[in-house]
Amino acid sequence: MNTLPSLIFERSRDGKIGCGLNDANVPAEAALDRELLRPPIADFPQVSEVEVVRHYMALARLNYSVDAGFYPLGSCTMKYNPKVNEKIATLEELQAHPYAPHDLVQGNLEIITRLEEWLVELTGMAGFTLAPAAGAHGEFAGMLIIRRCLQERGDPRKIVLIPDSAHGTNPASAHFAGYEARQIPSNARGILGRKELRAHLGPDVAALMMTNPNTLGIFESDIAAIAEDLHANGSLLYMDGANFNALMGVVRPGELGVDVMHLNLHKTFSTPHGGGGPGSGPVGVAAPLLPYLPVPRVLREGERLKVVYDDPRSIGRVKNFYGHFLVMVRALAYLMALGREHVARVAEDAVLNANYLRKRLEGLLELPYQAPTLHEVVFSDQGLPVKTLDIAKRLLDYGCHPFTVYFPLIVHGAMMIEPTETESKETLDEFVGVMETILGEARDNPDLLRQAPTRTPVRRLDETLAARRPLLRWRRGEDH
Amino acid sequence: MAQENLLFSKDHEWVRRENGTVVVGVTDYAQHELGDVVFVDLPAVGKELKKGDPAANIESVKAVSDIYAPVSGKVTAVNEKLGSTPELVNQEPYGQGWVFTMSLASESELDELMDLKAYEEYLKGIAGE
Repeated sequence: MNTLPSLIFERSRDGKIGCGLNDANVPAEAALDRELLRPPIADFPQVSEVEVVRHYMALARLNYSVDAGFYPLGSCTMKYNPKVNEKIATLEELQAHPYAPHDLVQGNLEIITRLEEWLVELTGMAGFTLAPAAGAHGEFAGMLIIRRCLQERGDPRKIVLIPDSAHGTNPASAHFAGYEARQIPSNARGILGRKELRAHLGPDVAALMMTNPNTLGIFESDIAAIAEDLHANGSLLYMDGANFNALMGVVRPGELGVDVMHLNLHKTFSTPHGGGGPGSGPVGVAAPLLPYLPVPRVLREGERLKVVYDDPRSIGRVKNFYGHFLVMVRALAYLMALGREHVARVAEDAVLNANYLRKRLEGLLELPYQAPTLHEVVFSDQGLPVKTLDIAKRLLDYGCHPFTVYFPLIVHGAMMIEPTETESKETLDEFVGVMETILGEARDNPDLLRQAPTRTPVRRLDETLAARRPLLRWRRGEDH
Repeated sequence: MAQENLLFSKDHEWVRRENGTVVVGVTDYAQHELGDVVFVDLPAVGKELKKGDPAANIESVKAVSDIYAPVSGKVTAVNEKLGSTPELVNQEPYGQGWVFTMSLASESELDELMDLKAYEEYLKGIAGE
């Protein structure tokens, strides 16, 4: 498929119809009130049924997804999610009205509770809320919990420290919770060291928000010492656990001194990431922070599960009803299918795959940080005759989704590659083969890359013009 | 625009003295590293800034970055032209692509900035990393 489908407006011919309805035998004006009658829609496409079907099929074929091919988009964990979990989420028995009496939905509440218990066990935190709708929403809820805790102690403080290798949403979440986000540099090893932290610690520091493993794909190995320094200063440690795919079953952040953390069920636990949701960003807390978790809380009471809505110390509601229930269903199904003894294999294979790609590519690309790689590896375009963007565009010509480009900002021309655990050695070898071909082209014929992509339905877009003067709507007669 | 009369910060802002105020922009190195600039979020006129505070936001096809206040003072004017033509930052970083002007709270803060020669040395250090 090397061409763009024509627009449905261009297929339109006057008088064509997709389905025939009998003429009404009463005048419309007599059957309906005047305000219910709409004037004819100008330029409404007139096409046959099969043309509509083909139009949307052609658009659908332009999609790329992990079901279509390799998707090494760094820090996104675009892994393959078993289809059985989708099937379980559609079971009719699980579809309940959110206002259903609690006695009638004990099974659904059991799913919520068991997933919470799983997450507690995996992370070593004391309790979880499953309410937040996505990762950044979890960060925000987590920062509100920190704020409430410090407020009860007498002073919410003013500043949240964030290393430059953290996820980009962290500063926004801290800001929305009323804090000033202050960036601190990571060290030459690509992590935050005690020295860098201490230089910024003061009585106004409420918390540190640390992404672990960070966006360089490196484990923050000083985290326990950093937690000690923070606690001695009366500050709390927030861990962005969106990259938990690299840790689960292996590292329990609660044992490292983390006070608050979030997970992304829609990355790590079998709900596809991207595509506009729904996601789920559960927040876990250490024992002293349990009273501040959002309501409603589902709690065991003997054989029964009860739902608590009024808890005076809670930060309150962050989401309507219970959160995104069917995302929780997929997560629990995924974890139960893996079983306790196999959860760690996910992390181990994710790390193994990333390290395999690192070994195979490090002779071809500059690797700015030498620290051990976890779930993803970040290369630089330094020393290459072309830019990161050119390589990414050329990957499209070879039918591969590009890696994340130009992030994290601390690496020049960053290429951030996360293969995930679900890719086979054969797929990784194919990807390396494509990269070798592209880097050979970059040496011999760099213009080929600068013009790429050449085999896709649309060629290289003018991203600058698209950002400066976006045209978001087609209009008849306008020349684009 | 003569760069010899400018002062430079480590965050790649330039500063030019002009009748008791200073004009602030980003350096040629910065615009080159950013790539095509697509949007500049200008500060509010009258805003009080301490040296090192984020003053404006600059968005390129690659990333969103902060422009920091190179000195302390109050924002006195912003380059409204950047609203419709942010590409001026790329085309004329030292001229039409200026970002804002500010009053100067303390003369001595200018001494903490680099002159052209020191800035060029600083850039060499970055390239060697």
